[in-house]
Amino acid sequence: MSEFEPKIIAFMCNWCSYAGGDLAGTSRLQYPPNARIIRLMCTARLDPAFVLKAFAEGADGVLVAGCHIGDCHYVSGNLKAEKRVQMLKKLLPELGIEPERLMLRWISAAEGERFASTMKEFVEIIKKLGPSPLRGAAK
Amino acid sequence: MGDEQGKNRQADEEEPRIGVYVCHCGVNIAGVVDVEEVAKYASKLGNVVIAKDYKYMCSDPGQKLIQEDIKENRLNRIVVAACSPRMHEHTFRKALEEAGLNAFLVEMANIREHDSWVHMNQPKEATEKAKDLVRMAVARARRLEPQHKPKVKVKRSALVLGGGVAGIQSALDLADMGFKVYLVEKTPSLGGKMAQLDKTFPTMDCSACILTPKMVDAARHENIEIITYAEVEEVEGYIGNFRVKVRKRARQVLEDKCTGCGLCAEACPVEVPNEFDHGLGVRKAIYVPFPQAVPLVYTIDDEACLGCGMCEAVCGPEAIDYEQKDEVLELEVGTIVIATGFDLFDARRKPEYGYGRYENVITGIEFERLVNASGPTGGKLLRPSDGKEPHRIGFILCVGSRDEKAGNPYCSRVCCMYSIKNARLYKEKHPEAEVFIFYMDIRAYGKGYEEFYRQAQEEYGIRFIRGRPGEVVEDPETKNLLVRVEDTLLAMPLEIELDLVVLANAIEPARDSEKVQRLFRLSRSADGFFAEAHPKLKPVDTLNDGIYLAGTCQGPKDIPDTVAQASAAAARAAIPMAKGEVETEPIVAFVRRELCIGCRICERTCDFGVITMVERKAQVNEAICRGCGACAAACPTGAMQIRHFTDEQIYAMIEAAMREEREIAVKEVEG
Repeated sequence: MSEFEPKIIAFMCNWCSYAGGDLAGTSRLQYPPNARIIRLMCTARLDPAFVLKAFAEGADGVLVAGCHIGDCHYVSGNLKAEKRVQMLKKLLPELGIEPERLMLRWISAAEGERFASTMKEFVEIIKKLGPSPLRGAAK
Repeated sequence: MGDEQGKNRQADEEEPRIGVYVCHCGVNIAGVVDVEEVAKYASKLGNVVIAKDYKYMCSDPGQKLIQEDIKENRLNRIVVAACSPRMHEHTFRKALEEAGLNAFLVEMANIREHDSWVHMNQPKEATEKAKDLVRMAVARARRLEPQHKPKVKVKRSALVLGGGVAGIQSALDLADMGFKVYLVEKTPSLGGKMAQLDKTFPTMDCSACILTPKMVDAARHENIEIITYAEVEEVEGYIGNFRVKVRKRARQVLEDKCTGCGLCAEACPVEVPNEFDHGLGVRKAIYVPFPQAVPLVYTIDDEACLGCGMCEAVCGPEAIDYEQKDEVLELEVGTIVIATGFDLFDARRKPEYGYGRYENVITGIEFERLVNASGPTGGKLLRPSDGKEPHRIGFILCVGSRDEKAGNPYCSRVCCMYSIKNARLYKEKHPEAEVFIFYMDIRAYGKGYEEFYRQAQEEYGIRFIRGRPGEVVEDPETKNLLVRVEDTLLAMPLEIELDLVVLANAIEPARDSEKVQRLFRLSRSADGFFAEAHPKLKPVDTLNDGIYLAGTCQGPKDIPDTVAQASAAAARAAIPMAKGEVETEPIVAFVRRELCIGCRICERTCDFGVITMVERKAQVNEAICRGCGACAAACPTGAMQIRHFTDEQIYAMIEAAMREEREIAVKEVEG
């Protein structure tokens, strides 16, 4: 298990969480290099199918991060993302995927530290869960 | 702009020909990531014609490198692996345009902020991650399409929110440039915090004397409409065309009739603490906050008013109107300057200093009011407990600033100087007085500030004691105060008895910043102040185009910096209005009509009323679409898409993130 390095796909909104990641960078906060970030303008763009696709491709975890409630650049895009993630969390067990493999976090542009700690925390969670049951299925 | 139009030669008729450029960023990237290996790797990816690494891609030669390759190698897509797209995407878009390629055919891989800077001790992993990010960027670049930025007209009027010195300066500058300005202020008068100050450091100008002429200039300016006692309720629209709803509260006095004579206040029998003097003095239920108020119009404090009618009885011009209702104004403006200022740290949150419990512990701003000629004591500093002149005064700095426990790790930037200023003021009038300043570090960074500080030490005999006092204790009989402090330069604990203690309480984000943040869709930095778009290169812009920041709402600063920033914000806010039109983001929704089944889910999902049904197919009003993508995520058939963020582009990135390209194998077989 100690050698298992999870592959994580992260969907992040341009205005808050992606910028929070930039701040973690300018602050030189170190965190594990497991996530590959896909930038969206808003988490509202997150089609649940993107998450399913990531798992189908063998991702061990999917992180969705957007602005805090009330801070959305598009007023309520993050609320829509929240609903979709809740729906996905119910659906994932039906596909044999632990719902903990999908995480939703609000990270503002000012929260470089929260960005880095979220990365650390999520990698730990996924390491404990082990490789995704769908890993390898895609190839 | 139709669905599939806008594609040009580069996108339509030719296979993608991609150039990949890996930036060293000096050693910022190359010190961790093996950039040569990344470039070599990129050169093997499908459709990649050329891949290079270079010291500084954003530099002029770096951009030229791309531009020449575009021409020589007929590149039609560019991937730049460098810093965050939030930093330099704009730079490379411009470079592409100059080389004749559509600006949206560049994709950035963030291998600095999201890679080399956060995995500094894992060069191998960071290099692997950089390769993945480049592979993802190439996958997306392959599917990029040209986009065209629609242009919108910009209204030649601006909103300036906040009537302190920052707002006044921004309003005057914009008005002088010929633009109509709505200057909206929450309280009954312009002036802000500066109007409450006595003298200003280091020049010892009387604060009111330098501020009130500006207030009057604003009031007289033909291009400025001052709207006081008013708050913004709603903001819609974007740069060029903001629609702002302002609620102007009923002051129960008719502005056009009131002459400001003050007979009403003389007649009014109700006295309440005057907030302008921080409760040290009193005002009437009908009042102006201070004698030089602009506009000089009285206001009835609804909560204090008894409705006795005395003011109405004495008012010659019949300006009193108890029935007056709030008025909602709808303003249309092209740009907005936010200048909502700050609030002061509540010194009660440092109970060890006894503010609120000990009468003779006051704050800096209270000191300003007490020494001010128009203040509650007519300019005589008297001890609150017994009305006697204090002989020994101590100023405690950093009360709630540079203080993790208080939640404010930052420096408030003005307290050292205004405390020294206040100490000097008192010594000037009372040379025999003993004045102490308790400090951690003296920050005298401005023009003439260090000299001002040295004079305070050398010529005024003010005693500076380096140490943050542990506590202040009151003698219950004399009401004198004992300050316990360790002089850290002498490494000696001291107990100093004083007649008066003045706390330099911190500058904090204005209490209503959260509301303002939401209304104007701003962001705030970790300290709670509004965040600028870039700390160095866009210090007065916000991430919301067309909205700019001036003064202490962006962070603590003194008056010279506030005024300079206010002029900067005005200049920035004027640019789109002077140009007359701005390009807007083309990242909006569009419909693939052949896939639309007319289910109307998108229409219900959209919060902005962008989608309507035409011939049972969804249609997007691009002018008002904000491009959040909620509709595209909800569409069951893939008919609804977002330009520059299509399903195909995103799926390509997911696939590329998870596996090596089949194309590599294909290329090798073919090659």
